[in-house]
Amino acid sequence: MKELVIISGKGGTGKTSLTASFAALSRNKVLCDADVDAADLHLLLQPDIRQKTDFTGGNTALIALDRCTQCGLCVEMCRFKAISGDFVVDPIDCEGCGVCVDFCPEQAIDFPENTCGQWYVSDTRLGPMVHARLGLAEENSGKLVTLIRQEARKLAEEKGWGLIITDGPPGVGCPVIASIGGASALLIVTEPTVSGLHDMDRAAQLAAHFKVPGMVCVNKYDLNQEKATEIEARAAFYHMNVVGRIAFDPAFTKAMVKGRTLPEYEPQGDASRQVKQIWQQIIASDAMIN
Amino acid sequence: MIISVASGKGGTGKTTVAVNMAASLQRPLRFLDCDVEAPNAHLFLNPKIRETRPFSVPVPEIDEEKCTYCKKCARICRFRAIAILDKAALTFPELCHSCGGCMAVCPESAISEIGRDVGEIAIGQSAHMEFIHGRLRVGEAMSPPLIKAVRTYEQPDMINIIDAPPGTSCPVVAAMKGADFILMVTEPTPFGLHDLQLAVGAVAILGIPCGLVINCSDIGDDRVKQYAETENLPILMEIPFDRRIAQAYTRGELLVEALPEWKASFRELYGKIDRMVKKGDQR
Repeated sequence: MKELVIISGKGGTGKTSLTASFAALSRNKVLCDADVDAADLHLLLQPDIRQKTDFTGGNTALIALDRCTQCGLCVEMCRFKAISGDFVVDPIDCEGCGVCVDFCPEQAIDFPENTCGQWYVSDTRLGPMVHARLGLAEENSGKLVTLIRQEARKLAEEKGWGLIITDGPPGVGCPVIASIGGASALLIVTEPTVSGLHDMDRAAQLAAHFKVPGMVCVNKYDLNQEKATEIEARAAFYHMNVVGRIAFDPAFTKAMVKGRTLPEYEPQGDASRQVKQIWQQIIASDAMIN
Repeated sequence: MIISVASGKGGTGKTTVAVNMAASLQRPLRFLDCDVEAPNAHLFLNPKIRETRPFSVPVPEIDEEKCTYCKKCARICRFRAIAILDKAALTFPELCHSCGGCMAVCPESAISEIGRDVGEIAIGQSAHMEFIHGRLRVGEAMSPPLIKAVRTYEQPDMINIIDAPPGTSCPVVAAMKGADFILMVTEPTPFGLHDLQLAVGAVAILGIPCGLVINCSDIGDDRVKQYAETENLPILMEIPFDRRIAQAYTRGELLVEALPEWKASFRELYGKIDRMVKKGDQR
């Protein structure tokens, strides 16, 4: 089983547009949207949701004021300053550590489990997809990412298919770490800007840290060819292959507005041709073959 | 005054708006880059860093001389950061949320806390700005403690501009909570709209007034504007797509310096926010 995970460090470099394009260019694969915070892949693939499951993760303290004697121990012990002077827990600040629950001498604090999102198994015109929606202002995105990647793998195994394409989140923190563990290869999508280079470097460090082989592609390369060259040199420093460059092309946005992937919207365009070459490079790479 | 610049979707221009608004104001202010996973503001503001402090979080250390392996610490830990075997105590510091429960529950006082470095905070000066940013160590999962630490440098009696991370979950909330105003930067595309709606939902939970900057305002479609109208979200500024703006950005140039005609617009953007916040305070 091979899993390609698309990440970027910096947001907005084209992860989702490329993931969707790869979906249009490949067969017998399962798609996974691991950007559970701000999932967008469904906007291009219009999934038909077949299965919907609540995601529970963590607990939040809830003080039963009728049992509370206002001794103040919980306020004193909470490291997250989540309990107000009048003994109300702010669910946003509550870390779910349960210290107040265990130490309350009156056992006046309940600790219900949170439903912090939903995950879905769907059909799309480009193949099955596992995706999720984390509740607003919620925690535990890493756990939800791990869960949907496992489900995507199960689904691929059931179908006897050997490929999963996963759209990853931006940054290098919790949900990204959960997205890349055990992946066959990463594609780092970047742009030729000072921030694109800076954040691609951090994404490459992360790939090295977790020993996942990486590849790099430079989107909108013609906005600054010098920077594009600098990024490619940095990729070489991390022993990562540069699988291609894509020119700035309004066709990506036009396709998005129509709810289509680029290869579906403008199959003969320059950008589609570049994306196709990149996809061929990726599937022919050592990490995806061996 | 604390203004947090956020977006939902990444790459819509948060940093561009935050640094240019800050640079256009001619008075002392604080700039706090809270996008600690991918901090970029320094690439445009080029601050002179005078101090870099390691940032650590407290994690348990178990003194096995005193430990009786009673397992109370492992039982209280909801994050599975401690495992007690028959005759061994193991800690997993990367899972620890620093709640202090294990230390408090240990009957033998066998647990103390040691600092674990998870990143750094850099402090410097850029023109009229005091610049502070956090930088999460690559490989570390939890950014909210570092974001909160950067925000301890806020000066409520000054202008504070926060560059927030993308998304809608705990790191963004850490960068928005307690702010006087959330400035949302979006682009008029289906992705931009979808993630804006999520981010505005998160802002509503926090109950903070919010306004919109539409970047690349002439690409995509007009659904973001329709949404802003139905939600009563004021559109405070529009920046059209302009190859010169995009190219200045690639080089790390400030828009207000590369194209000085933008300076007045960014100053006016701040003026609008200031008026909205003051009007809200009167209510």
